[in-house]
Amino acid sequence: MAKVEMTVNGRSVAADVEDRTLLVEFLREGRNLTGTHVGCDTSQCGACVVHVDGKAVKSCTMLAAQASGSEVTTIEGLAGNGALHPMQEAFRDNHGLQCGFCTPGMIMSAVDMVNRLGPKLDEATIRSELEGNICRCTGYHNIVKSIAAGAKTMGKGMKKAAE
Amino acid sequence: MGVEGIGARVLRKEDKRFITGKGRYTDDHNVQGQHYAVFVRSPHAYAKIKKINIKNAMKMPGIVGIFDGKQLTGDGIGNIICGWMVHSKDGSPMNMGAWSALATEYVRYVGDAVAVVVGETLAQAQAAAEAVDVDYKVLKGVVSAEEAMASGAPQLHPEAANNIIFDWEIGDEAATDAAFESAANVVEIDIRNNRLVPNPMEPRAALAQYDAAEDHFTLHTTSQNPHVARLVLSAFYQVAPENKLRVIAPDVGGGFGAKIYIYPEEIVCLWAAKKAGVEAIKWTADRGEAFLTDAHGRDHVSKARMAFDANNKIVGLKVETLANLGAYMSLFSSSVPTYLYATLLSGQYNIPNIHANVKTVYTNTVPVDAYRGAGRPEATYLVERMMTTAARQLGIDPAELRRTNFVREFPHQTPVIMCYDAGDFDASLDAAMKASDYANFGKRKAKSEKKGMMRGIGMSCYIEACGIAPSAAVGSLGAGVGLWESAEVRVNPVGTVEVLTGSHSHGQGHETTFAQLVSDRFGLPSENIQIVHGDTDKVQFGMGTYGSRSGAVGMSAIEKALDKVEAKAKKIAAHMLEAAEGDIEIKDGEVSVKGTDKKLGWHEVCLGAYTGHNLPEGMEPGLKEGAFYDPTNFTFPAGCYICEVEIDPNTGVTSIEQFVAADDFGKIINPMIVEGQVHGGLAQGIGQALMENATYDADGQLLAASYMDYQMPRAADLPNFQVSTTETLCPGNPLGIKGCGEAGAIGSPPAVINAITDALGHNELAMPATPQNVWAAVQAGGMKDAAE
Ligand code: FES
Ligand code: FES
Repeated sequence: MAKVEMTVNGRSVAADVEDRTLLVEFLREGRNLTGTHVGCDTSQCGACVVHVDGKAVKSCTMLAAQASGSEVTTIEGLAGNGALHPMQEAFRDNHGLQCGFCTPGMIMSAVDMVNRLGPKLDEATIRSELEGNICRCTGYHNIVKSIAAGAKTMGKGMKKAAE
Repeated sequence: MGVEGIGARVLRKEDKRFITGKGRYTDDHNVQGQHYAVFVRSPHAYAKIKKINIKNAMKMPGIVGIFDGKQLTGDGIGNIICGWMVHSKDGSPMNMGAWSALATEYVRYVGDAVAVVVGETLAQAQAAAEAVDVDYKVLKGVVSAEEAMASGAPQLHPEAANNIIFDWEIGDEAATDAAFESAANVVEIDIRNNRLVPNPMEPRAALAQYDAAEDHFTLHTTSQNPHVARLVLSAFYQVAPENKLRVIAPDVGGGFGAKIYIYPEEIVCLWAAKKAGVEAIKWTADRGEAFLTDAHGRDHVSKARMAFDANNKIVGLKVETLANLGAYMSLFSSSVPTYLYATLLSGQYNIPNIHANVKTVYTNTVPVDAYRGAGRPEATYLVERMMTTAARQLGIDPAELRRTNFVREFPHQTPVIMCYDAGDFDASLDAAMKASDYANFGKRKAKSEKKGMMRGIGMSCYIEACGIAPSAAVGSLGAGVGLWESAEVRVNPVGTVEVLTGSHSHGQGHETTFAQLVSDRFGLPSENIQIVHGDTDKVQFGMGTYGSRSGAVGMSAIEKALDKVEAKAKKIAAHMLEAAEGDIEIKDGEVSVKGTDKKLGWHEVCLGAYTGHNLPEGMEPGLKEGAFYDPTNFTFPAGCYICEVEIDPNTGVTSIEQFVAADDFGKIINPMIVEGQVHGGLAQGIGQALMENATYDADGQLLAASYMDYQMPRAADLPNFQVSTTETLCPGNPLGIKGCGEAGAIGSPPAVINAITDALGHNELAMPATPQNVWAAVQAGGMKDAAE
């Protein structure tokens, strides 16, 4: 058993878990945060992406114990208080989702993309950066549009914050 | 149209929960007393089960039961059936082999379930499943359809001699042969339609609850058609009577056909919950299991010949197809390569004589059934590759050959059952050629060639059949069910509305589009409208969602129910306002007498219906109406797709430079959602054309059983799509809808392959056109040139 302590969506949590517990299992089963999904077993689909200390991580490929001491943000904690993060809004406004299963991971990856590369993202960059996220429904067309739009809005926010 | 009515780009009501992580898929549900099921699966393609030893596994911690196929059949659980009877050309019924949800004597594909382990935790059940010791006598199996029919091939089911399930035909063979004899030109092609794995991103799952006090089951499951699941689980598999079984399909993460069928796992979890005496059992497939057990799609091998007269008019088409149905007959497997395939072989063309022969066979592979398009992609691939090949051989432009043969008068009876009701094939071809700047392709090609790249352009003019129905017609063709749809419109006393639909949404946005119908009718804001679906306890019996039927059939049922609600509301309002019924108008949430200022709020009329204080003589109180809608014909979406590719001859890598779609879906309720459906369909069709391939080795091991081996299209593999629509209304349903869910997957593969073969300058290319295949084809082309 391993003792893990971390902050999840701003709340500190502590638990004893089996050593082999994956971060995604800890979130879904232990914390009932079922917005983080599991779509594969080979670390390829990205349905499970969360942020660990501000960076996108595939939570199916990290042990809960490895995340101990970290700050974890899931899709449920991205905006909070019933508000929407600009990237969430952009996905809705641009029909960037259909069945919604890949969506939490897409949004978490998209936010990370903007954090790393800035708000000016061209189509080719978005497409190549989505290498680790699979969607079977949308053909990516509207996901790419959503991310470009969400990045733009995030950029305005960043600029405002800087002023 | 109002801002939220028919034709408006209304943003989706369901999105809020999905973008905030509050979607509730089957695996997100957990209940008190939940145990976990893990299946022991065959590692062999074909073997006899000698002995199953569970002694050690049973002793492991947390294990409450391990059950096998003998126990399952011993408890009277019925075999899994195919629900569509097809007869061979000699009149004999199809040869259906027995399929038990847990194998009893033989295993017939890698992944075939042999036993189920029920444990307190998933980890405990997994560990015990590893410890179940199955003693197999491994047998030599068979993987491809051609080999399965060869003499001396292993025999998989005693019911099916030579592994042939049926040998079926359609059309007039003698007349077709005669047409070939007098033909000026005959064009031949041999093609293979590659086997695919549907891969909805949410893996299949089941949560089976058993309430011993009530002897009642509740099943949460990843289903496109929960009522059909309940019916089949009850009537055929004898799991529980329908009134003792509630099936809930909550949020479902994509289906594409793979979630139509009732699989062994749902049956076993329900049965095992009662047998093990536990309150609930959960099973969720991992992706590997999904590859090994979700019904696969396509897998046809065909030979086709098309005959032309001296004016390039088609005079006949002859097709021979061999379809691999896998190890067992899945629920609709027999209809896919027959009535959903060969009936579309006329394409968009006047073809006076068609004959098709389809043989289906068993092999030691995953069962094959409907996957997005189901039969229609196979037909379109054949016809549209044929048209382009023929144009090249006849030395005319591919668009020209198509125009020479287009159907232009409707209704048009084809020689293969279908009667096309409406369409304008020139319009979509014109739109696609214009959007793709087809005329200037030569300039773009020259530019590519300057860079040392090859460039090609290809088109595909598809037609398909949706809204699968009418019930009487499909019944006469062998369907075991009717294919109507149901709806109930419940107006509440305060005027808000609930629509209970038999359709099921697993990404299609029904909660939005169905509400648009109500908005349109009464001028109500969409937040006052709730769409209820996916729960057999809440919704009346319905047929579910597949075959692009929720628009044409599901929405038609809602329209019918709305007609009844409107009629009753008008009667009540006329009575309350002391006016003639015919003068009542319902608009923008108000009920008024035309040409006067007399009016009531919609909510006042609704309240009046429920107080019953002032109703017309003899009228029952309340405002709630139901309807069943059975269509009069299939609907026929059609369109034209144009694909332009650039190929690097050194690597064989194909890049899609542009993809243009011009579709005619009839009336469109929400263009934003329709475009999304096309994008998704195109991605799957382009995936089939360029990369997806469920390959087996000679021993029946699925080589492509993970996302590392089965190439799913990623964002960087696809271009932005240029989609547009033209419109001819479908005369067969009240809204004029044709359906849009599958067109993209149906029409796109031949456009891509026609583009690549155009670049190559020859036709020797297998699908999928992977870099390896294309590179080999480039080399073969070079050798051909050298030899000439
Ligand atoms: S579940 Fe983590 S990458 Fe697929
Ligand atoms: S929206 Fe269904 S997988 Fe992306």
